[in-house]
Amino acid sequence: MIQFDAVSKRYPSGHEALNRVSFRIERDEMVFLTGHSGAGKSTLLKLIMLMEQPSNGQVLVDGQNLRKLGRRQVPYHRRRVGVVFQNHQLLFDRSVFHNVALPLLIAGYHPREAARRVRAALDKVGLLKKETCNPITLSGGEQQRVGIARAVVNKPMVLLADEPTGNLDPGLSSEIMHLFEQFNQVGVTVLIATHDLALIARMPNRTMTLRDGQLFQGQVAAAGAGS
Amino acid sequence: MSSPGHRRGRRETGAVQSKATLADRLDAWRSHHGLVATESLRRLLRAPGASLLTWMVIGIALALPASLFVALENMQQLTAGWDGAARVSLFLEDSVNEEAGRRLGQQLARREDVAQSVYVSRQAALEEFSQLSGFGALLSELPENPLPAVVVLQPSLGASSVAAMEQLLLQLGQLPGVELAQMDMKWVQRLYSLMALGKRISLALAFLLGLGVLLVAGNTIRLAIENRRDEIVVTKLVGGTDAYVRRPFLYTGLWYGLGGSIVAWLLLTLLLWWLDDPVGILADLYDSSFELQGLGVSGSLSLALAGIVLGLAGAWLAVTRHLGAIEPR
Ligand SMILES: Nc1ncnc2c1ncn2[C@@H]1O[C@H](COP(=O)(O)OP(=O)(O)OP(=O)(O)O)[C@@H](O)[C@H]1O
Ligand SMILES: [Mg+2]
Repeated sequence: MIQFDAVSKRYPSGHEALNRVSFRIERDEMVFLTGHSGAGKSTLLKLIMLMEQPSNGQVLVDGQNLRKLGRRQVPYHRRRVGVVFQNHQLLFDRSVFHNVALPLLIAGYHPREAARRVRAALDKVGLLKKETCNPITLSGGEQQRVGIARAVVNKPMVLLADEPTGNLDPGLSSEIMHLFEQFNQVGVTVLIATHDLALIARMPNRTMTLRDGQLFQGQVAAAGAGS
Repeated sequence: MSSPGHRRGRRETGAVQSKATLADRLDAWRSHHGLVATESLRRLLRAPGASLLTWMVIGIALALPASLFVALENMQQLTAGWDGAARVSLFLEDSVNEEAGRRLGQQLARREDVAQSVYVSRQAALEEFSQLSGFGALLSELPENPLPAVVVLQPSLGASSVAAMEQLLLQLGQLPGVELAQMDMKWVQRLYSLMALGKRISLALAFLLGLGVLLVAGNTIRLAIENRRDEIVVTKLVGGTDAYVRRPFLYTGLWYGLGGSIVAWLLLTLLLWWLDDPVGILADLYDSSFELQGLGVSGSLSLALAGIVLGLAGAWLAVTRHLGAIEPR
């Protein structure tokens, strides 16, 4: 579902955030991406949703080479990729409900149908009671969950999450992880970037480790021990 | 924690998102436009001070050329009957006798560019003159009649076609037996030329002020785009197309234009009301039934359309220039 072929990313500043990264994630997989701060995790996710272009190499999503997507096709690609952002990217000029509804309205859903789906998604992250609140009045963890609801509301093919449990307590973290597992079980490819090694240790999933822009496949513990 | 969507087969998930039918989508599209339109209007009304200022600026810029056009329309209405007042007098040479003069009058009446022509003999001219002037006694003292015979004719062209009139005058002056061809109502022509000039000036002014409206709308919307940067970024991140991102700003431009037109219409109505009394008094003094005409329905609609088109064009300008630069990072 997601394939990187020798992908490098050099930012205009000259910093090489990714260096010849290659991997494959199958359709039914749920994979963790870990690494120290600045290792290039967010950069890797940004390449998948075309917030950045690779300097070298190719990124394929569902067999589609992203380099070959025209500017007009980018929005449609993004609709198939749900993203939970590290900095939430919520809008503070509207309610939680309208934040979550945004992808549906963009995709052309009727407001009635959209409302039904928004409530279902909010219910899943346990925020149905907060639907009329402005996200600015929510705690960091609640904002994170609004972001998760928005990422999954349009039933994407691929779900990317950048530090989705960064602000959550351990109980809530494992609940959110459980939620991701559920999505994975119905066929959504899930890629989660996280620092939370303790959490990863409890999960059976494959883990990819980035160090200074280079990828080390395999278990976290092994990669950590190798340094 | 599981919804119907998640009990579907594994492979279906990707396709689920596009299952809406065409009719559904059309309905959704319509209600989306309605929503965006009302939301942009609501946004403007939420900052009434700033919006009113923009509406006033656009309104004044539209009212100026509109009132010039209304003034010209009224002038045209007032002077519509005046072409008929244009008369040409052909003063005949003394050698032309009465019968020849009468024949000339009849010949001229058959010309296509002449509506009417009447021969006035020297004797008839003298009688008319003494009657009108009151110098009858004095004239009878003179040894001979000093007045020439005249053919008075009314061109069918109307005084508004200045060039054709000059041409006619030249031709008539060269006819055998004609001493001099003179136009009585040159000033009507001057008035019409002035009005044609006025029309051009107001067109030029309308163009310039229209450009101003466009730029005002464009600049205001550029600021709105700047203010809504976050929203644009997030919208693009979750798959908003350029058209989707553009739409609220285009509607904002439309509302600015329409609001400006309404302000212009109110200003114009106020102006007409303010002028109505003195114009009435003036018309009475001249025994005229002239009444000041407003924009009317079609004029009002044109004004609204002009405002909307300019507002939209300004928004389009701002959007194409500035939206592309805002990309998620
Ligand atoms: N827009 C940018 N311009 C220049 N350099 C950048 C840009 N974005 C990221 N970088 C650099 O690229 C490197 C990788 O950044 P990235 O955000 O991918 O790290 P990360 O693994 O997500 O870190 P964290 O765990 O702290 O979120 C960092 O050194 C960062 O300074
Ligand atoms: Mg990061």
